[in-house]
Amino acid sequence: MSLKIKQDHARFKAIVRGKIKQNLRKFIQKGEMVGKQGKDLITIPLPTIDIPHFRYGAKQQGGVGQGEGEVGQSLGPGQEQPGEGDGKAGQGEGQHLLEVDISFGELAEILGEELQLPKIEPKGTDRIVTEKTRYTGINTVGPESLRHFKRTYKQALRRQIASGTYDASRPVIVPFREDRRYRSWRTTPQPEAAALIVYIMDVSGSMGDEQKEIVRIESFWIDTWLRHHYKGLAARYIIHDAVAREVDRETFFHTRESGGTMISSAYKLAAEMIEKDHPSNAWNTYVFHFSDGDNWSADDTRLCLEIVKERILPNVNLFAYGQVESPYGSGQFIRDLRESCNDDERVALSEIADKEAIYGSIKEFLGKGK
Amino acid sequence: MRRFSTRSLPPRLADLEQEIKGYAKEFGLDFYEVIFELLTYDEVNMVAAYGGYPNRYPHWRFGMEYEQLSKGYEYGLSKIYEMVINNDPTYAYLLESNPEVDQKLVMAHVYGHGDFFKNNFAFQHTNRKMMDEMANHATRVRRLIDRIGIDKVEDFIDRCLSIENLIDYHSPYIKREPSSQEGSEETPVRGLRNDREYMGEYINPRSYIDDLQRKAAEDRDRKKRFPERPQRDVLLFLLDHAPLEPWEQDILAIVREEAYYFAPQGMTKIMNEGWASYWHSTIMTTRALKDSEIIDYADHHSGTVSMRPGTLNPYKIGIELFRDIEERWNTGRFGRDWEACDSLAERQTWDKQLGLGRQKIFEVRKHYTDVTFIDEFLTPEFCIDQKLFVFDYNDKRQTWEIASRQFKAVKEKLLHQLTNFGQPIIEVVDANFENRSELLLVHRHDGIDLKLDDARHTLQNLQSLWRRPANLYTRFDGKSVILRFDGQDHSDRKAEL
Repeated sequence: MSLKIKQDHARFKAIVRGKIKQNLRKFIQKGEMVGKQGKDLITIPLPTIDIPHFRYGAKQQGGVGQGEGEVGQSLGPGQEQPGEGDGKAGQGEGQHLLEVDISFGELAEILGEELQLPKIEPKGTDRIVTEKTRYTGINTVGPESLRHFKRTYKQALRRQIASGTYDASRPVIVPFREDRRYRSWRTTPQPEAAALIVYIMDVSGSMGDEQKEIVRIESFWIDTWLRHHYKGLAARYIIHDAVAREVDRETFFHTRESGGTMISSAYKLAAEMIEKDHPSNAWNTYVFHFSDGDNWSADDTRLCLEIVKERILPNVNLFAYGQVESPYGSGQFIRDLRESCNDDERVALSEIADKEAIYGSIKEFLGKGK
Repeated sequence: MRRFSTRSLPPRLADLEQEIKGYAKEFGLDFYEVIFELLTYDEVNMVAAYGGYPNRYPHWRFGMEYEQLSKGYEYGLSKIYEMVINNDPTYAYLLESNPEVDQKLVMAHVYGHGDFFKNNFAFQHTNRKMMDEMANHATRVRRLIDRIGIDKVEDFIDRCLSIENLIDYHSPYIKREPSSQEGSEETPVRGLRNDREYMGEYINPRSYIDDLQRKAAEDRDRKKRFPERPQRDVLLFLLDHAPLEPWEQDILAIVREEAYYFAPQGMTKIMNEGWASYWHSTIMTTRALKDSEIIDYADHHSGTVSMRPGTLNPYKIGIELFRDIEERWNTGRFGRDWEACDSLAERQTWDKQLGLGRQKIFEVRKHYTDVTFIDEFLTPEFCIDQKLFVFDYNDKRQTWEIASRQFKAVKEKLLHQLTNFGQPIIEVVDANFENRSELLLVHRHDGIDLKLDDARHTLQNLQSLWRRPANLYTRFDGKSVILRFDGQDHSDRKAEL
C-alpha cells in the first residue's frame, strides 16, 4: 500500500515542479519567495493545481455560521472562505490555495533547468568538510550483510573446478567459508570547495526602493544557485556612496545615503578583502556589484577599471556588474566596463530595467557557468 | 494492507469492540458487520488520501491529499480520528496511537455511521461491495496506464473529474420515462377534406396518407432538440454521445460510478455526522465511560463539535438537531396544539410526556436527507439557541460579516447551501447548438454567479471531451451571456435563449 501512495505522491510532486517551472518567471520577479524562506525550505503558493469545476463564486454566495456577534460584525480578515465547512461534503471540495514546500536545492535545480544554466566547476579544493564512505574493494572477511554474492559464487566455482568436484551435468555450487567474499570500504575525506560572494551596492541617493528591491530579489536567486554548488558559502556585503564600508546583510538592503558616488572606493575595499581573507587558491569568489551606473568622475572610473583588471579579476571566478535603471542615473558606467573588459570570460554585465528583467539578468550573470 | 492478512485487533481492543458493539445493539442500532483495523498515523493518512479505500486507481490528487494530510498532522493542525466506509461488511479504521478512551469513542461513532449507511434511504442504491468495485476500477485503470501511458490516462482523468459534479443526484430515486420514443407514436395527419366517407379511398389514398405521415415525422425530427429534454447527468450524456475512444469511455464510466457512490454521503453530511455524534455521546455517557476517562472524553467530544466562528460544523448542528427533535417528541412540542399555543408560560412548561423522541429520531434517520431534515426540523428557537447567522461578503470593507440572524434568512441560506450539494445546477440542453454539433449547457442561475475562471477551465475540458466547441449559457452581473470555447480560444457574447 505504501508504494501506491508514494507513486501518486511522486506524480503530484512532478506536477508541482512543472507548475513552478511554468511560473518561474513570475515567481522570480515577485519576490514573495524571498520573504517566505524558512531554513531549508521555501513555501510557494500554487493557485491553480485544483481541478476546475463549475462552482459558485465565493463572495456572492456567503453562508451560514454559528457563534456570537452582532449583525454587521466582521468575521475577521483571516477568513478566506468561511463557507467551506459546509459545502465540503463528499467530493465537492471547496477551493483552496495550495502551498507547497520545496527545498532550496530543488529550487536551484529548477532554476538551472529553466534558465539552462551551466553547472559550475569549482576551482581550488580546500577546507575538508565531509567524510565520504566508498566501497573500494573485496575482502575475505566482513559482515554478512556486505557479502558479495557473485564474487563468492565465482570463488566457489573456481575452487570446485580446480579440485575436480565440479559436475557439469549437475552444476551445484556450494561455497565454503573460505570462498566468501565481502565488500570492503574506506572512508575518504571529501574536500569541499569554499566559496565567497561579495555583494557591492551603490546606496547613493539615486538608488531608490524599487532599485533595492530588484537587487534584493536578484541576490536571493544568485544565493540559491551558488549555494546549490558550494556547501559552505560565505557572503560579505559592501555599500558605498563616496566612501565604502562593509556591513551586514540587513543594513545592506536597508541603507539609504545621499552622497555622491565613488565606485573605486568599493572596489578597493573588495580587493583588499579578497587579498587578505580569501586567497584565490582556496576560495571561489564571486563579486556582484549593483549600481545605477552614475560615477563621480571619469578619473574615478579609470581607477575602477584598473582595480578590476589588476586586483579583482585575477582572484575571482566571476565579476558581475548589474546596472539597475533609475530615473537619475546616466548609465555610463556599464559602457565603460563593456569597452575595457567585455571580452574577459570572468566578466558578466547586465542591465536591469525593471523587475521583469531580473529573469534575463540572472541568466546573463550565471550563464557563464563560472 | 493488513486487511488481506489475518485481521486481528489486539486483545484489549477486541474486548472493547465487543463491549461497545453490545451497547450499540442494545440501543437498537442496526448495521452490517463492522471490521476495525488498526493503522499507524502514516497509514491512516494514506488510506484517508484514498477516501478510505486501500485500493484506488492511481492519480496525482491522492498524492496531493496525502501531502496535505501528513503535513497537517506533522504541524499538529489536524488528526484523523475515524474513517468508515459504506460497504458490507463496513470497514473502519482506528489510529494506533490513540488512547483507549478515544478508541471507544471512535467505535461508538462508527456504529452510528454503520447504522446510518444501512438504513438511510439515500444509501439504498449504493453498491455495498464498493471496496471490491474500487479495487476493480484500480485494476482497470492500471491496465489502461500500461497500454496507453500514465500521462495520457491521468490527463484524461483530470478532465473527467472536472465535471464529476455534473450528475443527477436524484436520478437513483426517480423513475424517469425513457427519453427516446422513436416510432412509438403515429402523427395524426389529416388528408384532403372529404365529406363523403365512401369516397375516402379515392380522395385520400393510403399511399398519399403515408406520404403525409412520413413528411410530418421528418418535420418533427428536424425540430426536435437533442437531447429532447435538458439532461442533468452530463456524464451519462457524454458517455452515450461523445466521440470517445473505448478506453476513454471506460474511465469516464468509472469516474461517474464513483461520483454516484459518494453522492449520498454528500447529501446527508449533517445528518450522518449528527447521528454518529449523537450515538457516540449517548453510548459513552450512559454506558462505556469510566470515571477516570471523563476529562479526556469531554475534551475530545468538545473538539469534535466545536465551532469556529464563521463556519458551520455538521457534527454540531447535526447532533443538536437530533437532540432537539428527541426532546420535542418526548414532550409533545409539535403538531397543531403546539403551533396554536401562544402563551409563553404554557410553552415553556409544555410537556405531554409522550416519550416518542427515540422512536422519532430513528424514523428521521431513515427517511430524510440534509435538505428535508433542515427544511422540516429547523425551528426559530433552535436558530436562536445555536446562534446561527448568515454571513456575506462586504465589498466596501473587504471582509466577511454577519448579515442576518433572522430565522427565515438562515433557513433559506442553509437550504440553498445544501441543495444540489451547494453546487450550481447545470444541464445539457442542446448537442446540436445552432446546427453546428456544438454542445450547449445551461446554468440554471439562482442568484449567484459562477466563478468565471473555473467555469472557463471546465468548459475547456468539456470541449475536449465533446471534440466540438462547448458553450455555457449563464449570467454574470445580471447579464445573460454564452461562454464559448472552440478548442483554441475563449469568447463570450451576450445572448438570450
